[in-house]
Amino acid sequence: MDDFFTTSVLVATAAAAIRLATPYLLAALGETIGQRSGVLNLGVDGVMLLSAFFAYWTVLSTGNLWLAALVALLVGLIMGVIYAVITVFFEATQGISGIGIFIFGLGFSDLMFRQQVGTPKPVPRLPSVNIPFLADLPYVGEPLFQRSLMTYLAFGLVPLTVVLLNKTTFGLNVRAVGENPQAADSLGVSVERTRFAAIMIGNAFAGLAGAALVLQLGIFQPNLTQGMGFIAVALVYFGAWRPWGVMGGALLYGVVNATVLQWKALGIIPVSISDLAGMAPAILTIGALILLARRVHAPAALTKPFSRH
Amino acid sequence: MTSTSNNLLEMRGITKRFPGVLANDQIDFDVRYGEVHTLLGENGAGKSTLVKILFGLYQADEGQFLLRGKPVHIASPAEAIAARIGMIHQHFMLVPTLTVAENVALGLASSRRPFTDLETVSARIREISEEHGLAVDPSVIISHLSVGERQRVEIIKALYREVELLVLDEPTAVLTPNEVDDLFVILRRMADNGQGLIFISHKLHEVMALSDRITVLRNGRVVGATTPAETDRQKLAEMMVGRTVRLTPELPPAQTAESRLVLSNLTINGDAETIAVNNLSLELQAGEILGVAGVSGNGQRELAEAIAGLRPLESGAMTLNDKDVSLASTRDRRNLGLGYIPEERIPDGAVAEFSVSENLILVDHAASTFLDKGMFDEQAIADHSEKMVEDFAIKTPSIKTPTSSLSGGNIQKVILARELAARPTVLLACQPTRGVDIGAAEYIHTRLIEQRALGTATILISEDLDEVLGLSDRIAVMYEGQIVAIVPRQDAERSQIGLLMAGATD
Ligand SMILES: Nc1ncnc2c1ncn2[C@@H]1O[C@H](COP(=O)(O)OP(=O)(O)OP(=O)(O)O)[C@@H](O)[C@H]1O
Ligand SMILES: [Mg+2]
Repeated sequence: MDDFFTTSVLVATAAAAIRLATPYLLAALGETIGQRSGVLNLGVDGVMLLSAFFAYWTVLSTGNLWLAALVALLVGLIMGVIYAVITVFFEATQGISGIGIFIFGLGFSDLMFRQQVGTPKPVPRLPSVNIPFLADLPYVGEPLFQRSLMTYLAFGLVPLTVVLLNKTTFGLNVRAVGENPQAADSLGVSVERTRFAAIMIGNAFAGLAGAALVLQLGIFQPNLTQGMGFIAVALVYFGAWRPWGVMGGALLYGVVNATVLQWKALGIIPVSISDLAGMAPAILTIGALILLARRVHAPAALTKPFSRH
Repeated sequence: MTSTSNNLLEMRGITKRFPGVLANDQIDFDVRYGEVHTLLGENGAGKSTLVKILFGLYQADEGQFLLRGKPVHIASPAEAIAARIGMIHQHFMLVPTLTVAENVALGLASSRRPFTDLETVSARIREISEEHGLAVDPSVIISHLSVGERQRVEIIKALYREVELLVLDEPTAVLTPNEVDDLFVILRRMADNGQGLIFISHKLHEVMALSDRITVLRNGRVVGATTPAETDRQKLAEMMVGRTVRLTPELPPAQTAESRLVLSNLTINGDAETIAVNNLSLELQAGEILGVAGVSGNGQRELAEAIAGLRPLESGAMTLNDKDVSLASTRDRRNLGLGYIPEERIPDGAVAEFSVSENLILVDHAASTFLDKGMFDEQAIADHSEKMVEDFAIKTPSIKTPTSSLSGGNIQKVILARELAARPTVLLACQPTRGVDIGAAEYIHTRLIEQRALGTATILISEDLDEVLGLSDRIAVMYEGQIVAIVPRQDAERSQIGLLMAGATD
């Protein structure tokens, strides 16, 4: 245990925590916006898989990381249109539709990978970008200011999402539509358009999350996410539908993940139970959810399709 | 089509069909500048449908309308608002988690796009509040407001949008008498300013007090038009129902004997762990109706829930037919003879998705009469349901119809039928006729009086003072969790009870 409490190991663990938190944070922020508008999207994991694969494939063929991120974003948007049409215009049950998106994403990314790539080949990873001066600060410089642009983007989107939800007319519409769509409709706010836009933003974020994941790892394999998208959905509940809370959840998740990895590497956790320890983050989330469940209030219209008749 | 008069609104030949229902049948209706035009009619007469068409929530199958003399087509609420039509709906259209200012700003263009401009909105709300005497703080979250304050926010929403034609669909259903008076002052002033108002209410004294003109609908058709000067409550009721009605029921002398329900020193907590009912004692005799009058929120709901077994007692005791039931389950209380008509028809009294028949046997579904070798005896259930539907004059296409598609009055009759079929010795009736039309209310009152003659002890909790005064042998006035007075029927005076309800002590 003493090996763990050395400055260098702690700093490295913190850096890993923030890196690991990035895709969770992006996906969960997007899901937050969607859920605040009353739409549950359980398909996040599928969208992440698809966007991760296409980002990976883009890097493999062109070597261009930025093009890869753009492609991932587009994949997210395309899946957003599909999900929005299914749930908003056809008023399909959100839970089942989301599972459908997940299964499609899982299967299609797997198929494409086997057909187009076959065996996993490493690709260049996202470079870290040092922020002048801040990057050289002791202790905090490395974990906070020597990260990739994707990580800066993810954390930068937290306050932006807060502003979007709380300070803009669009955000007001989103919150109204998620709580009482009839009331919003009676004031001339288009429930359909608002939810459509919220879903598109949510899926764009999920696309970026897929890109962040694959470009941080520099490799793709079938079912790369292993349920990360579902954890992201849980983090929205954990964060009580507030961007800062969601960020707290993603960070906690990153810290526990990074610590478990570090302890495994240092041999603090015996190999025999290492798989068990891998469950720690999930157990933590469930525990936190149980504790929080009594206090938090979900958007009242969450999962409820809207129609006038 | 051109306009011959200078009416604000003219609706011509409006027809609207729903599957199996002709909700509006060739309706002609108009509103002049500066008047309150009331729409009156029983539950399901088509009042809400007509105004929803006006507001763009439904599209008429036939007919046209003219606004300010010009033909218009309104396809959505957004278009209605643009045409300066406002609507206060039968149910609040507020987002409970947002502030007053946010609710008002919703759907409006902001001067600081894409950001909201709540400061400007709040300032304007304060101006409107002052101008119209509508005190409300723009920064408060809606869920912290009382129903009266919420109604004020609805009015402010309309005033903020400078509506010229305001529709009010049963705006007083949830208000206390004082709040209704305040509302009417504001509505009258709006009309005097030249705005046109469409008012919908089941309460005839309100209709008489506020209207300039009254149009009566029955089964989707206009059956008459009149003015308060030409009519009275009795005539209005008859126009609505199409037959003679008794507005004030006759009550034969009570023949009380043994005590049925004894409440001793009850203290009951409210939702927020505050004391809702404070050291309350009461004794209820067989064959009497005890009316509980009071402004909502003075502990009536908590008292009712405690009697029904849905809310624990903090202290005190309760006996039902001489058995201590302080800790008894709802089922035990029912078996001891308690019938319960809850305040909220849906979801407390009936399951919306269930059929009429299922709701009729809801609590007694395990009774041997409905079972055959442990399975439902469909024939017995159907026979029972058909009989109930007939006995209680429940208007429903069939016993298999989902309860949610019945009108409020008919849902209430389903609940009443089920509760009375169990032959209760004590009946707890909470707001039994709220939002129910006159015909159905008269029917429910008749059944309650019938039960009284059979020896049932009834507690009638109601915010409708006329109902309490008309039906009760004794009137208990509740104020701040206590019974401040019990007045026998012959001594009860409307004004005195009203004062007691408001907290005046004599
Ligand atoms: N969306 C709908 N779908 C099907 N039927 C409907 C719908 N809305 C109303 N109806 C039916 O149309 C008729 C008129 O209903 P409406 O709500 O206009 O009555 P109302 O006069 O407002 O009654 P209340 O006093 O109970 O509010 C009723 O028979 C009702 O069941
Ligand atoms: Mg109505």
